Amino acid sequence: MKRSIIDLWVGIFVAIGLASVTFLALKVANLTPQSNNNSYTLIAEFDNIGGLKVKAPVKSSGVVVGRVSNIELDTKRYVARATLTLDGQYHFSRDTSAEILTAGLLGEQYVGLVQGGEEENLKPGDRLQLTSSALVLEQLIGKFMTSFAEGNNKAAAADAAAAETAP
Amino acid sequence: MLDNLLAPLRKLGHSTINAIWKLGVMSRFLLAIIAHSGQSLLRFQLTIREVYFAGVLSLIIIVVSGLFVGMVLGLQGYNTLSRFGSADALGALVALSLLRELGPVLAALLFASRSGSAMTAEIGLMKATEQLEAMSVMAVDPIARVVAPRFWAGVISMPILAALFNVMGIFGGYLVGVVMIGLDEGTFWSQMQNNVDLHFDVINGLIKSLFFGIAVTLIAVFEGFDATPTAAGVSSATTRTVVTSALVILALDFVLTAFMF
Repeated sequence: MKRSIIDLWVGIFVAIGLASVTFLALKVANLTPQSNNNSYTLIAEFDNIGGLKVKAPVKSSGVVVGRVSNIELDTKRYVARATLTLDGQYHFSRDTSAEILTAGLLGEQYVGLVQGGEEENLKPGDRLQLTSSALVLEQLIGKFMTSFAEGNNKAAAADAAAAETAP
Repeated sequence: MLDNLLAPLRKLGHSTINAIWKLGVMSRFLLAIIAHSGQSLLRFQLTIREVYFAGVLSLIIIVVSGLFVGMVLGLQGYNTLSRFGSADALGALVALSLLRELGPVLAALLFASRSGSAMTAEIGLMKATEQLEAMSVMAVDPIARVVAPRFWAGVISMPILAALFNVMGIFGGYLVGVVMIGLDEGTFWSQMQNNVDLHFDVINGLIKSLFFGIAVTLIAVFEGFDATPTAAGVSSATTRTVVTSALVILALDFVLTAFMF
């Protein structure tokens, strides 16, 4: 087949296109090779997951050890059931606790794992026993406001009592 | 008197019917191109030639515009984000705005004005100089010989150009954000990788540009093929290509975005 200089340029053009797509896929997008044979899942149930989303990171001591792969509502007990897919090289003891934390004040939420002390490790599919829910800022403020108001009422009542007994 | 009042109404009706007519002719034209693609893909050399003219020769404008768009995004993004103390997110901002919208749309607009208009002028001129008729006389189908290779060349080139535009834009954002302003390089890339999804953002952006490629090239070859075979006709057809393509790109972008994201 006859080759011409135009073929060369078109070849270069297509190669640039392939290189661009590869760059976008590997360097720009988060294409983490999901080695499924080398990962395992754990279940964590929370009363309230706040703003946790699927694909949120699971961290232990700040190191990403896996991702949240699924979130659903347990329709029997009405708790949120999060499936954590962890990297196979990390193992956690049976009394590991999971909590939902927030990166920074307004950052994304992630699951933090704190290693326990037991010898035996969690097996794939196990449920984490110790979990603590997400800190929901509105509830926190609500509680604070209520206790603040109660405190004021008590102070007012004490003042009134003091005023009655004084004379 | 009544006639004067009704004239604009008549004009509106006329142009509406004309537009619908054109849409029908265009659909038939697209079918004809697809029907004749077999022949033109068999003689792939023709398509390669057109990829050279439509794609390779557009490289310069795509590279330079992409770089500058990315640099401007970097500057403006930094100015805005630093007000909210989140200049770290610059990488994500640049990458997402390029991949989702700016890359495909701007590359398509540039492609329409650089290559689409050239295609229209070329085919229109062939028609004006009666080359197309000469082909028909020699039993060479002008759609298979002239139109289909250009159409496929445009469809092939557009996603490549959009991808290159994205890469150059991200590089421009990197130049401004990291090299000029001095953001942390690791944060720039990791924020980008954390927030860009391969399927959702990258692939959907490329699908968008594929649709733009089909639309722009179809308009370009159709306007050329449909041009009045005079100098004025060819020039107005060229203008129509650029105007119609720009409008169709923006409208199509809205529809595709509504579907995808």
